[in-house]
Amino acid sequence: MMASSYSAKEEDGHHSGSAGLGGTAIRTRKPDNTAFKQQRLPAWQPILTAGTVLPAFFIIGLIFIPIGIGLFVTSNNIKEFEIDYTGTDMSSPCFNCSQSFSWNSTTPCRCVLFFSLDQPFESNVFMYYGLSNFYQNHRRYVKSRDDSQLNGDERSLKEPSKECEPYRTNENKPIAPCGAIANSMFNDTLDLFYIDPNGTQTQIPFIKKGIAWWTDKHVKFRNPSSSNPNLTAVFIDTAKPVNWRKPVYELDTDPENNGFINEDFIVWMRTAALPTFRKLYRIIQKKNNMTPTLPRGNYSLEVTYNYPVRSFEGRKRMILSTISWMGGKNPFLGIAYITVGSICFFLGVVLLFIHHKYGNRNNSSDIPN
Amino acid sequence: MDFSTIRNLITRYCTGEESWVDSRTVYIGHKVPPPGTEAYIPQRFPDNRVVSSKYTFWNFIPKNLFEQFRRIANFYFLIIFLVQLIIDTPTSPMTSGLPLFFVITVTAIKQGYEDWIRHKADNAVNQCPVHVIQHGKVVRKQSQKLQVGDIVQVKEDETFPCDLILLSTSREDGTCFVTTASLDGESSHKTYYAVQDTKAFNTAEEVDTLHATIECEQPQPDLYKFVGRINIYLDRDEPIARPLGSENLLLRGATLKNTEYIHAVAIYTGMETKMALNYQSKSQKRSAVEKSMNAYLIVYLGILISKALINTVLKYVWQANPNRDEPWYNQKTETERQRHVLIRAFTDFLAFMVLFNYIIPVSMYVTVEMQKFLGSYFILWDDDMFDEELGEGPLVNTSDLNEELGQVEYVFTDKTGTLTENNMELRECCVDGNVYVPHAICNGQILPGAAGMDMIDSSPGVDGKEREELFFRALCLCHTVQVKEEETVDGIKRGIHQGKSTSFYISSSPDEVALVEGMKRLGFTYLRLKDSHMEILNREDEMERFELLEVLNFDSVRRRMSVIVKSSSGEYYLFCKGADSSIFPRVVSGKVEQVRARVEHNAVEGLRTLCVAYKKLTHEEYDQTCRLLNSAKLALQDRDKKLAEAYDVIEKDFILLGATAVEDRLQDKAADTIESLHKAGMKVWVLTGDKMETAAATCYASKLFHRNTQILELTTKRTEEQSLHDVLFDLSRTVLRQHGSMTRDIFSGLSGDYQDYGLIIDGATLSAVLKPTQDVTSNGGNYKEIFLEICRNCSAVLCCRMAPLQKAQIVKLIKASKEHPITLAIGDGANDVSMILEAHVGIGIMGKEGRQAARNSDYAITKFKHLKKMLLVHGHYYYIRIAELVQYFFYKNVCFIFPQFLYQFFCGFSQQPLYDTAYLTLYNISFTSLPILLYSLMEQHINMDILKRDPSLYRDIAKNSLLRWPTFIYWTLLGVFDAMVFFFGAFFLFDNTTFTSNGQMFGNWTFGTLVFTVLVFTVTLKLALDTHYWTWINHFVIWGSLLFYVIFSLLWGGIIWPFLNYQRMYYVFMQMLSSGPAWLSIILLIIVSLLPDVVKKVLCRALCPTTTERIQRMRADRIFERVETNIRDSLLDGIQNTTEA
Repeated sequence: MMASSYSAKEEDGHHSGSAGLGGTAIRTRKPDNTAFKQQRLPAWQPILTAGTVLPAFFIIGLIFIPIGIGLFVTSNNIKEFEIDYTGTDMSSPCFNCSQSFSWNSTTPCRCVLFFSLDQPFESNVFMYYGLSNFYQNHRRYVKSRDDSQLNGDERSLKEPSKECEPYRTNENKPIAPCGAIANSMFNDTLDLFYIDPNGTQTQIPFIKKGIAWWTDKHVKFRNPSSSNPNLTAVFIDTAKPVNWRKPVYELDTDPENNGFINEDFIVWMRTAALPTFRKLYRIIQKKNNMTPTLPRGNYSLEVTYNYPVRSFEGRKRMILSTISWMGGKNPFLGIAYITVGSICFFLGVVLLFIHHKYGNRNNSSDIPN
Repeated sequence: MDFSTIRNLITRYCTGEESWVDSRTVYIGHKVPPPGTEAYIPQRFPDNRVVSSKYTFWNFIPKNLFEQFRRIANFYFLIIFLVQLIIDTPTSPMTSGLPLFFVITVTAIKQGYEDWIRHKADNAVNQCPVHVIQHGKVVRKQSQKLQVGDIVQVKEDETFPCDLILLSTSREDGTCFVTTASLDGESSHKTYYAVQDTKAFNTAEEVDTLHATIECEQPQPDLYKFVGRINIYLDRDEPIARPLGSENLLLRGATLKNTEYIHAVAIYTGMETKMALNYQSKSQKRSAVEKSMNAYLIVYLGILISKALINTVLKYVWQANPNRDEPWYNQKTETERQRHVLIRAFTDFLAFMVLFNYIIPVSMYVTVEMQKFLGSYFILWDDDMFDEELGEGPLVNTSDLNEELGQVEYVFTDKTGTLTENNMELRECCVDGNVYVPHAICNGQILPGAAGMDMIDSSPGVDGKEREELFFRALCLCHTVQVKEEETVDGIKRGIHQGKSTSFYISSSPDEVALVEGMKRLGFTYLRLKDSHMEILNREDEMERFELLEVLNFDSVRRRMSVIVKSSSGEYYLFCKGADSSIFPRVVSGKVEQVRARVEHNAVEGLRTLCVAYKKLTHEEYDQTCRLLNSAKLALQDRDKKLAEAYDVIEKDFILLGATAVEDRLQDKAADTIESLHKAGMKVWVLTGDKMETAAATCYASKLFHRNTQILELTTKRTEEQSLHDVLFDLSRTVLRQHGSMTRDIFSGLSGDYQDYGLIIDGATLSAVLKPTQDVTSNGGNYKEIFLEICRNCSAVLCCRMAPLQKAQIVKLIKASKEHPITLAIGDGANDVSMILEAHVGIGIMGKEGRQAARNSDYAITKFKHLKKMLLVHGHYYYIRIAELVQYFFYKNVCFIFPQFLYQFFCGFSQQPLYDTAYLTLYNISFTSLPILLYSLMEQHINMDILKRDPSLYRDIAKNSLLRWPTFIYWTLLGVFDAMVFFFGAFFLFDNTTFTSNGQMFGNWTFGTLVFTVLVFTVTLKLALDTHYWTWINHFVIWGSLLFYVIFSLLWGGIIWPFLNYQRMYYVFMQMLSSGPAWLSIILLIIVSLLPDVVKKVLCRALCPTTTERIQRMRADRIFERVETNIRDSLLDGIQNTTEA
C-alpha cells in the first residue's frame, strides 16, 4: 500500500517538474521522491525475541550434540602413543647423550628406548617429533628467514635478506639456507624397531615423502637453478648453517628430496603456533589389510641424539598416532560441540519457559499510541 | 629614543597602519584636499582582490598537511607510523602508513578540489569588469584593481564590487533601491540615500569635479552599522561636513535594483569589505556523542598503554633467564646485544604500542565523519519537510550535530514567526476607546466612507472624528514601509484605487505592512514616498502630502519608532508608535485608561498591540530637535548611545491617540508539535519579546499551557508587591510540595492526576534573578539555584519581554545547570541569533524576517511543525545509528586486538603479531568497514511513522542512554569475551595435535588466520544481529564484505607475490579450509561468541522490555498475525475451491 502511494507521489513530482520547466530555480530544489532518499526502502525487519530465537536454539542443540558425540567418538578411536626421550632423568637411556652434548662432537650419540603398544595401530601411522618450551613463534625467530632464497632466487642466495641476521653470513660466505629457523633445524634421527616375541628386531619402514604441504614442496620451496641437477655446484659459494653438521645439498641422497625441497626441512620451516608443538616426521604405511600397521607388542626407538634442548628446559618426544578425517586425537572439539549443544538446548528450555510466562503478559500490556 | 622609532617602524610595517588608526580618510577620486586642512595620516589600503581560497599552488602541500595533522587522530597515527619507521616493530610501517596515507590523500584531494573551485570563483569575481570614473570618463577596470577612493559607476542589476558610499543616483531624489539577498537573504528592496550635497553630481564629468574626503571608521563586520563623515570642499572655504550612516553605505554583494545607475566611492575594498569580514566561521559546536566518544578514546588509550606496559614488564621478567632471552636457536645480533637495557625496554614498549595500536582505529574517525556527512543528506532529501509554498526544504549548515537532535531536553522557541505565522492582519484599532474593525472580507476593496468599518462604540462626535482621522494619518505616516511599484508610474493610483494590487507594500516588519494595509481598508491609502514627501489618499480620494523630515528608527531597546512630518498646511507633527509599555509613560494627555483597558483586553486575546501617540511641534521646537539629532548623527564615536539619548529627549510629552491590535495566527500544527515535544520528554520554553498577556494567550493556544496547568508568575507585578526573595521561595515551596506529594502518590499508586506547572517570567525579573546580589548576608546568592529548581519542576516556561541577549542568557543558564541538559533553540529573526548560537543545537526558521537566523543556525527549516520530524524521527535515528557505530567500532577492535595481546603470553612476549600484515591493514579499512557505515546510514529500529505517532519513544534514548558507561563496559566485555573465545578456541584446537586428514601440521600463520576468520565473521554477524532494517543494500554489504574477505584471502594466499619479501600466507587459507575440523571450529566459535549477546538481548526483551522493544514486538506480532490470517484465508479458499469442485 505504501509503495503504491509513493510511486504515485513520484509521478506527481515528475509532472510538476516538467510543468515548471523554465520556471524558477526554486522548483528544482525540491528533492526527488525516491524510496531511498525518503528512507523508505522496502526492508525485512526482524527482531530477536524469545519466540523467534527458540527454534534456532533447539535446532543448534539438536545438530550440535550429535556432531559433538561423533567427533568425540572419532577422537577416542584414534590411537596415540607418546614417549619422552629428552633424557633429563638419570634413569633415562638418553641421559648420557643429553648430558654430554656438544656442537662439535663428531661421533653421534645414540640411545635406545624400549616401549610396548597395548593395542595394535590398524591404519596408517604417523610419526611425529614433539618439542616443548621451544619458541618457534618468537618474533625474532619467525622473521629470521628469506623466502626468496628458499624459492630459489639466485640473488638472494648470494645476498640473503637482512632479516636473517645474525645467521646471514659465515666466514664471509652467505649462509644457505639463512636465518635462525633453518639454523636450528631438528636433526635427531629416529628409527623404530619391532621386537618379535622371539626377540628379533625388524626395522619398521618409513615413508618420508608427503609430510610437507604439497604447495610448499612444489611451489614455495625451490632449489636455485633447478635446471642444474648438481646441487653441490649450485650451492658452491655458500656456507652451511652454523649448527648444521651437513650442508643443505647433503640432506638426502634423493635429488627430489634434497636441498631446499627436503621435506624434513620444509616441515621445520613452517613455524609452529605455540611453544609446545609437534611436527610430522615419518609416515608408516599400512602394508595390507590382513595385518595391522603396528601390531601389539614391544618396540624399540633408536635415537641419534643431535638436538640439544636441555639448555632451555625443553622436552623432546616421539609420537605415534593414527589419523581420522578430523586429524589426530583431540577431544576438545567433540566436548565443545556437546557442551555448546547442551547449553543451547538448555537455554531453549529456559526461553520457552520465559516465553510462556512473560510473552503473553507483554502482549496484553497495552502500549500508548 | 632610537628604540622607540625602530619599534614604531616595526609596528608600522608588521601590523599595518590601519590597526592603530581608528578611523580612515578616503580622498574621493584620489584628490588631495586643499592645503591648510587637517593633516591626515596617509594610509595604505588593500586592493579589491577577494581571496576566499585557503591555499596557493605553492603552499598547498605543506599547509594542508599541517592542517590535517593538527587533528589529534591523524597526529596519533603519524606518530605510530614514525615509530614503525624508526624502530624495529612487529608490523611493517605499511599497516598504519597505508590507511593514514589513504585518509590524508582523500582529504587533501577533497580540500584541494574545493579550493580550486574557490580559486575559480575568486578569479571570476576579481576579474569581472567594473566601471570607474577617471578624468571625467568611464573606464573599464578589473574588479581586483579597484582602489579605495575610486569613483565607481554601477548600473541596474549589477552587484556592488566593494563597499561604497553612495554619491549620486540616476533618480532625482538621490535614492536607489538595493536587494541584499545574497548578504542576509532578505529579498525586499531597501532604499539607500545619496549624500544630499552630492546628489546633484549626476554625470561622470560632474562627479569627477567633486572634491571631498570621507572620514569613516575602520572596517567592522556588522552589516547594519556604519559611521562616517563626508567633508565637501565646494570652494576654498571651510568644508561642509555631512554625517554618513548605514543608509549611505552600499555593501559588496548587494545588487542595484530599479535604479538606472549610481555613482559611488569605494571605501572598503577586498578583504576589508563587510561581506568578507562576515565570512568568519562560527565557533564549532561539539555533540554529546562526540564528547563520550572522546571519553571512550581516553579509556582505550589507557587500556592500550597499560597493555603495552604489562607486556613490557612481563617480557623482562620472563627474559630474566638468559636461556629464554637468547636460547641457542634464536640469537640476537651483536648490535642488539650492545644496546642499553633501558633503550631496549623503551623500544619494546613502543613495539607493543604499535602492535596494539589498532585498538584506536583511524577508520573510526573517517567512518564517523562520512556517516555524519552522508547522513545529513537524508534531512535535505526529506519530502515531508519540504515546503511547497516557499519552494524550499530544510538546510543543513553543519552535519556535526545530527545525533544531537535525538538528545534534546530543552526546547527554547521564539514566538513570533516561529510558533506563529508572522502573517499579520490588522484586527482592530481603538481611537480614544472607540473600536474600529476593518472588514476582513473586503480584502483590499475600499468602500467609500465609514461603511468600510464597523463602529462598535457609539459614533464619535466632531472632535472625535478629527482625532480619528489624525490617528489614521499617524498610522499612514509613521512607518518605514516601501511601495513596490509596477513599471508604469501612472498606473499606481488607478491600481490602488481599483483595489487591484498592482503595487504592494514591503517592509522588514510585517506588523507595519499589516497596519498600512489595514489603514488602506479603513480608507487611508499610503501611496508612496516621493521627493521626501509622503503621499496619502484620504477617504475623500484626495491626495494629502506630508513632508518627511526625520525618521527615528525602531529599535528593540526603545521598542518604538517616530516620524516628524510637516503637513501641507505647515504644521509640524511628531507621530510615534510603539509598545504600550514604552508609550504610556511618555503620554501626558489622552484617554489613557480606556486605551489601556482595550490594549490589555486585546493582549489577552493573543493579539499584538501597538499604541499610537503624537505631538505637535512648533517651528522652534523642530529646529531644536533637528540640531539635537544632527549632532548625534555626526558623532563618530558612541553614535548609537548619543542617538538613543537624543531620541529619549525628543520622544516625550505625547498625546495618546489610540492603539492597534494585529493578529498573528498560530502556525500550522504548532500545538500538535508542542504536544509531541512534551510527550517526548522535552521541556518547551517560549522566549519572546512580546508582552505577557499576548504571549500567554499564544501559549494556551499552542497547548504549551493546558487548562489545568497551574500558572506560576514571576513578574514585575508580583515582585512589586512582594520582595523577589519571598516570591521565589513561595514558588519553590509550592512546586516542591507538589513534588513531594507526587512521589508519595506514586508509592500509593495514585499518580493519576498530578498538577503540572507553567511558569511565566518577564525580562526585568529575570535580570533581577540572575543579577549577583550585593548583600552577602542574605542567602540571595542562590536565587539562580532556586529559580532553576522551580523551572525544573515546570513542564512549560514562558519568558516574555526578553531582550535578544537575555534569550541567550537563559539558554546559557540552563546549559550550565547541574544536569547539563542538551538545549535546542529555534527562532526566525535576527533577535534569535544569539540564542541560536548559544544553544547546543540552533535551528533557524526561514521566515519572513529575513535569513539571519537561518544563516547562523545549525539547521534551518521552513516551518515550526517540521521540528517534530526533525527531532522525533531524524534525531532519533541519527542517535541510535551513531551510538551503535561508536560502540561497535570499539567492540570490533577489542575483538581484533585482544587475541594479539593473549598471544604474547605464548610467544615469549616477543611482539609477534597474530595476523598477517594484510589482515592487520585491511581489517578496519575493508573487511569490516562498510557494513557498519551502511548500518549507520540505514538503520531504522522502528518505523518512522511509529516514531512520529508515539513521541514517548524519544524518552528511551534521552540522556545519552545508549552511550552510558554501563553500555560501553558491556560492549567492551563482550569484545573481550569474544576475543577469548576466538583465541582459546583456536588454541585448544591447535593444542599439540593435527587437524588435517593427512597428518600434516599447521603453523602460526594458520593459527592467526583461523582466529581472524572467526573474528571477521563474528563481528559482521554481530552487526547483522543488531540490524533491524534489512534493505537490499544491507544484504549486499554484509554478505558482500564477508564474501570479499574470503575471496581476498584466497587470492592473497593463492599466489607467490613477487613484490613481497615473505610468502608466509602462501596457501595458508586454502589449507585451513581443506580441513574439516577447521570448518567445524569456525562455526562453533562464531556461535559461541554470538550466544551471550543473543541471550542477553532476548532476556532483556522478555523480562524488562523498553518501550521501544515493546513497540517492535507489537509490530512483529501484528505482522505475524496478518501472515497467519492470510494463510488461514488462503487455506479456507482452497477448501472452498475443492468443495466447489
